[in-house]
Amino acid sequence: MEARAIFETLKEKFGDAVVELQGEGFTPPFVVVAPGSVRDIARFLKEDPALSFDSLMSLSGVDYKDRFAVAYHLYSMKHRHAVGMKAMLPRESPSLPSVDDVWPAANFQEREAYDLFGFVFEGSKDLRRILLPEDWEGHPLRKDYKYAEFYHGIKI
Amino acid sequence: MSNDPAHGQGQPAAAPLVSATPGLGPEAHVMVGSADLFVNWARKSSLWYLLFATACCGIELMQAGASRYDLDRFGAVFRATPRQADLMLVAGTITHKMAERVKRLYDQMPEPKYVIAMGSCANTGGPFYKDSYCVVKGVDLIIPVDVYIPGCPPRPEALIDGIMRLQKIIMTKKNYGARA
Repeated sequence: MEARAIFETLKEKFGDAVVELQGEGFTPPFVVVAPGSVRDIARFLKEDPALSFDSLMSLSGVDYKDRFAVAYHLYSMKHRHAVGMKAMLPRESPSLPSVDDVWPAANFQEREAYDLFGFVFEGSKDLRRILLPEDWEGHPLRKDYKYAEFYHGIKI
Repeated sequence: MSNDPAHGQGQPAAAPLVSATPGLGPEAHVMVGSADLFVNWARKSSLWYLLFATACCGIELMQAGASRYDLDRFGAVFRATPRQADLMLVAGTITHKMAERVKRLYDQMPEPKYVIAMGSCANTGGPFYKDSYCVVKGVDLIIPVDVYIPGCPPRPEALIDGIMRLQKIIMTKKNYGARA
């Protein structure tokens, strides 16, 4: 299915929760959705037989300086089509529902986004830091991250 | 001894260990030299290193240990536990998360122990020196280092040269390598 048709299907089903289609210059094209309905849309994308996006290829965080985003790259092994899903988040207290019950592979990637960007994935099975030490302060991939002087007495 | 005219004539029974008397046969195994020389020679000839690789330098370390470069001929074989190791070869990038483990492994090694920092990352942080929040800028911030080997990564020849330099350092130790 083409990205435009996928967007239309989602728009029909979820209405205002589906904001826009970023087609030009994006591979795959991205459907921008409201952060609160990410889990419902994800479940529909996976379980609808015409869509059946069974593979979450990647889940990444983005810092646009004025706001954050979480980008999902989806692929259907059955239909061999791909689409992106993106949720824009405010800079203050960025949080959105977890999708690790839809795609279990999301868990590690959500933990990475939580670790490096500080996004809170509500309802996640296991939201802990994955790369950095447990007691690390701050989220280093944020554009406004300030390096600490020392970590456990060792100069950074 | 039975030919010795002094034998059995009221002399003390204990004979000196090392006799300067000429005429001792080839069966008298006597070695004269400083104990430090002997101890240092034994230590430098069996540098068992900790199998500890955190990045691509580890691949070169494996090469050096394998048949082509054959570190075994210098008495250096790898050990999988710090409790049997004399030498820690820090082969690779050390992150702040790893730093505590490095320190702990070093503390678990028995004395005397030596450290070789292999490659740019272990020396100074290397390519991560500028603008990295997670890499330790040199393993000498955590543990004392005896020999630094430059390179990214160093070739096995460079690693062997580093080990031979460490052997030279060991040969200069005094008082059984006791700390001053």
